[in-house]
Amino acid sequence: MFKNPRSILIGLVLIAIALAAPAFVYPVLLMKVLCFALFASAFNLLLGFAGILSFGHAMFFGSAAYVSAHTIKVLGWPTELGILAGGAIAAVLGLLVGLLCIRRKGIYMTMITLAFAQMLFFVFLSAPFTGGENGLQPVPRRAILGMIDISNDRVLYYVVLAIFLVGFGLIYRVIHSPFGQVLKAIRDNEPRAISLGYDVDRFKLIAFVLSAGLSGVAGATKAVIFQLASLTDVHWGMSGEVILMTLVGGIGSIFGPLLGAAFIVGMQNQLAGLGEWVLVVQGLIFMTLVMVLRTGIMGLLSDMSHRLSKFREQK
Amino acid sequence: MDMIFGVPLPLLLGQLVLGLINGATYAILSLGLAVIFGMLKVINFAHGAQYMLGAFVAWMMASWLGLGFWYALILAPLVVGAGGIVLERVFLRHLYDKDHLFGLLFTFGFALVAEGLFRYHFGSTGQIYSNPIPGGMQLGFMFLPYYRIFIVGIALLICFGTWFVIERTKLGAYLRAATEDPVLVRAFGINVPLLITLTYGFGVALAALAGVIAAPIQNVSPLMGSHIIITVFAVVVIGGLNSIMGAIITGFALGLIEGLAKVFIPEMSNTVVFVIMAIVLLLRPAGLFGQEQ
Amino acid sequence: MWGVPMQPDADVILDVRDLEAYYGESKALHGVTLEIRQGELVTLLGRNGAGKSTTLKCIMGAIPRRYGSILLRGAEVISAPSNKIARMGVAWCPENRGIFSSLSVEENLLLPPIIAPGGLSVEEIYTLFPNLAERRRSQGTRLSGGEQQMLAIGRILRTGARFLLMDEPTEGLAPVIIQKIGDAIRLLKERGYTILLVEQNFHFASSVADRHYVMEDGLIAEHILAADIGGATERLHEYLAV
Repeated sequence: MFKNPRSILIGLVLIAIALAAPAFVYPVLLMKVLCFALFASAFNLLLGFAGILSFGHAMFFGSAAYVSAHTIKVLGWPTELGILAGGAIAAVLGLLVGLLCIRRKGIYMTMITLAFAQMLFFVFLSAPFTGGENGLQPVPRRAILGMIDISNDRVLYYVVLAIFLVGFGLIYRVIHSPFGQVLKAIRDNEPRAISLGYDVDRFKLIAFVLSAGLSGVAGATKAVIFQLASLTDVHWGMSGEVILMTLVGGIGSIFGPLLGAAFIVGMQNQLAGLGEWVLVVQGLIFMTLVMVLRTGIMGLLSDMSHRLSKFREQK
Repeated sequence: MDMIFGVPLPLLLGQLVLGLINGATYAILSLGLAVIFGMLKVINFAHGAQYMLGAFVAWMMASWLGLGFWYALILAPLVVGAGGIVLERVFLRHLYDKDHLFGLLFTFGFALVAEGLFRYHFGSTGQIYSNPIPGGMQLGFMFLPYYRIFIVGIALLICFGTWFVIERTKLGAYLRAATEDPVLVRAFGINVPLLITLTYGFGVALAALAGVIAAPIQNVSPLMGSHIIITVFAVVVIGGLNSIMGAIITGFALGLIEGLAKVFIPEMSNTVVFVIMAIVLLLRPAGLFGQEQ
Repeated sequence: MWGVPMQPDADVILDVRDLEAYYGESKALHGVTLEIRQGELVTLLGRNGAGKSTTLKCIMGAIPRRYGSILLRGAEVISAPSNKIARMGVAWCPENRGIFSSLSVEENLLLPPIIAPGGLSVEEIYTLFPNLAERRRSQGTRLSGGEQQMLAIGRILRTGARFLLMDEPTEGLAPVIIQKIGDAIRLLKERGYTILLVEQNFHFASSVADRHYVMEDGLIAEHILAADIGGATERLHEYLAV
């Protein structure tokens, strides 16, 4: 699966770290990082590899959270089925929104996704099954496949890690497939891709649906971890957060969103007591990154390793 | 009592007036977005925050300096517009040759900072701003507050004034030409970067002005900007960003439709604008007014 | 007002030395050197992609990455912004004609600001190009190609600029129209305008110009006086052949 030897190394190191991490860090925080890393990676599939900036990804994340919470809590479905249902609903939603927004270009797509997400926010705000301001809670942590008891945070952590790895692996495969190559060609030069005979809209739509579905899996998993689906998950602030994570890590880099998610979740954890200052800090990070570091942490790292190797050559 | 489609006439007319007022706000805000987008090719996500700042500057002038509404109507847009000019000169200017999404993300960041700071300082509940023109007219079938008439009047004045300047004057010709080909317009000897700066300042001042006139009819709250900006984005998607008149008409029309929805389908009053956006995307993908690049 | 002349020969209006220009990473000009005197009509000949339009744009200040030296009546303008250069009496008629679709014909005509006295009046321009007068209320881009070219030339004559940069004014036009444009250009020359004309149409160029610079691969390949043009025809055909 990982063809590039450097990627294999990075992948193995990351997996080793991930396996050992619960011994050192609070597992719930780790699970949150994994969830958002998957969310940001799914988002990055669209922004970084298809060049589409969605400002409404909270609708996929949040809808799936509600669906999995509802199916598990109210309908009594097994956890794994609830998560799958969340992902499926998000993918269907992605198909509908994608069909509509792909009719417009660039910056309009951004505004359209934001507007549809806001519509959904209002729907969930007034829909009877969402529990309004309180959200849907508590979602029971029912044993996975009837055997793996996930009431223990550490056990759940490894389940979430597995979900993350499957989702991330899928994204990795998509990016490195011929499909992913076409996506990048569209991103870099859409008129050229059209003249080469590609059905550009169809490629964009598939990317949109994939991204929405995987964002849904992330949201559904989040509902299981925190035993809660709430309006925060569908709020535009959530759409902003996933953009921020991707931007921090590096738009269009495969591992960037992982770093970005860890950074932002970690920061929120540190600033949790500061209330509104979180918004201010997030805003400042946005402004700073856009002005001076548009390639994010990964861009900075590759720039540094580039300089380092040049420096070595000079020696 | 007179009824229309089973709805009491005063209720219907009252909602229509409210809808017209919301529409006036949408029109001014989407007009500002369109003017800014034309010259800067940036979607100004900070537009909602600047609307909120306009309302707060008016409130602060009243509470801290004792300066009333009529001062605020002039001064608050100038203050917030000047802030916009600084923002453009120091930051936005460096993003024009980058991907357009960075301008959107930067202004989104600015909006977060502004909203966060005001929420920290003022909380989320909001401040009361007193009505500068109390009283109203008894029309027999309904009571019409003077201030509401004033809002609709001043909004029409601002919208058509802006339209006139852009479509019918020399300055407007520079703006239209620079929207099409800034390099050539500059090569004619016109200081296009200055024109861009002033355009942003003007668009921001429009947002602030909308904030000032909204202050007396709603709570002056740090959240007022992010609530409205997304709806205005939908308005802009429906009307397109290329036509000044399109932005104005779409803004007023959607306000009215929202007002009607409150009467006839109240459960949809929050979402009707987005539903219309979806329908427009299905039937006329390029928007109601003209083409986009 | 043109800055202190540094050239001993005050007659020189434009003195370009070692001009280099870049589009992104790719270098378009590799050191162009040329000179134009007061009242001259000089052409830049060469194939597509030779760097003719880029040279004009550099003189106009419309390409951000340009290096070398451009003296305009002795004043260095290599890093001057485009609007400053225009105010020094230079006007540009671009390759794509640059007619604005959101402006009417008359608005297009009146758009460039007056920068010095002595330009043509609107009436004079309408006399020169009667078609424009008839269609003054039309949308600029509704005009035919020839009319658009007349408009593009007409509007820079109003401004009082005395040094004109014209980029392929005959491109894609019918012979009758080319003749009209040629008449207009000769009239401007008689009136003492200095003109740098980019052309691919060699016959047209030789009918109006005093001198020719031939460009190839971002460099001036040859300099030919109008008087010597007969002996150079064969070489020129080689340069211009596709």
